[in-house]
Amino acid sequence: LSTAPDVAAVFREHGFALLAILAREQRSLDVAEDALQDAHVAALRQWPEQPPRDPPAWLLTVARRRARDLARREATLERKLPLLAVDRPAAGAEDELDDAPAVPDDRLRLIFTVCHPALAPAARVALTLRYAGGLTTPEVARLLLVSESAMAARLTRAKHKIAAAQIPYGVPAASDLPERLGGVLAVVQLIFTEGHLATAGPRLLRPELCAEAIRLARVLRPLVPADPELLGLTGLMLLVHARRDSRVRDGRLVTLGEQDRRRWARGEIEEGLALVAAAARAHDPPGRYALQGLIAAQHALAADAESTDWPAIARLYARLEALDPSPVVRINRAVAVGESDGPRAGLALLEGLEARAAGLQLDLARAELLARSGDRDGALAAFDRALALTGNGPVRAHLRRRRAAVGA
Amino acid sequence: MKYALLIYQDAEFDRFWASASEEERAALYSQFDDFKAVAGERLVEGNELALSTTATTMRRRGDDVVISDGPFAEVAEHLGGYIVVDARDLDEALELARALPEGTVEVRPVIEQRVRA
Repeated sequence: LSTAPDVAAVFREHGFALLAILAREQRSLDVAEDALQDAHVAALRQWPEQPPRDPPAWLLTVARRRARDLARREATLERKLPLLAVDRPAAGAEDELDDAPAVPDDRLRLIFTVCHPALAPAARVALTLRYAGGLTTPEVARLLLVSESAMAARLTRAKHKIAAAQIPYGVPAASDLPERLGGVLAVVQLIFTEGHLATAGPRLLRPELCAEAIRLARVLRPLVPADPELLGLTGLMLLVHARRDSRVRDGRLVTLGEQDRRRWARGEIEEGLALVAAAARAHDPPGRYALQGLIAAQHALAADAESTDWPAIARLYARLEALDPSPVVRINRAVAVGESDGPRAGLALLEGLEARAAGLQLDLARAELLARSGDRDGALAAFDRALALTGNGPVRAHLRRRRAAVGA
Repeated sequence: MKYALLIYQDAEFDRFWASASEEERAALYSQFDDFKAVAGERLVEGNELALSTTATTMRRRGDDVVISDGPFAEVAEHLGGYIVVDARDLDEALELARALPEGTVEVRPVIEQRVRA
């Protein structure tokens, strides 16, 4: 007798593909979701007694049957919801459905739908975790630190907009594809960044969010295999996530220079380096994620903080700034230039940035550069401005500690 | 599915339009002609609205009616015109909106069954 498959594990692996197929067939995310939910319940009940030979196929069959019942009931209640705008499936896709539940086309349709720029960024993040990540609504709520009822309402509003405004359930036209794929990657990076430096809650790091973002990137890989930016983003996230165990000590932020590099996850670094190298090879000049990956690779390759190749990092940031002239990139570039060419050169790059963006990162970078240039009072004032801008406990502790060290 | 493309204009445009020369007006209208060519049969209807300085707002609660000068919302941008298009989905509607003269366009689905003139 074979052992029963783990229902939750099957859902995490196949939920995205199953939902994507059902959504296209039923032209309704709601019907697809309810049908899959019912199949989930049926699996929990039946699998321990009768383990299915092919768990995802079993789920699809049960969910399809259920979806037909639901659709019939919807029709008789005349409570017809607006239908998803489904474009014509790729030739041959219909034939593949029965034996291969994972038609990449359907998953791409779903991911482009839930990452559509017509949805609010917070909704895109929630929908992506819920549908592409295969998480339940309570799980998404916990990850994003909102109540279950608020998350359910956010998802419901977003689904309603998808149907009512007819956000297409389809892959964008070729001319829009690079921009829209960029939007999908931005959602993944947003999830990662929130885990890497939490803006809410008592913890500095929320590695479970970072892990989820990396998992999403891995799910997307076979769907857009040739995309160098996805390779770059995946590599970047792995390289940064590999440092997680050394970033906090006794509830305190540990800067990159002070981290114990023996605690970095070597396996993830190796994989990240390979992906970043592949991304840089696949597209010349490298895109913004590949460049950020190359920067992270410089840190990963340095045996200790002293041997960091800051001039190389400063050059990479200059290239990144040419692609993405945002204050955040300029600040990071100034820090790198401060390391390679001295604090005054770094400070010069921060000139006039207040007008575009104030913020914690700017004051922190300026404080450190001023301290190194010998301007103690200027540095203390900048630390004070930074302290006024963040409520994150570990970040505040770090700022206070650095301020005390500079003031001593 | 029908979408309303609601064209918003800021105060700067209003000032420009109020004192625009024949040629300047013709230049802008020709951009709408270009839009018509792009939209083809997908264009259902559309109208330019007179400047927001000509707007009157009426609020009724029960028998209480208050009439006041000016547009409903005191915001930086005012509705300057609307176009209704018939599009397959939001992406096609947005593609049509892109063919309009530059500015801000709100794209809203039209509910077709409920209200009829």
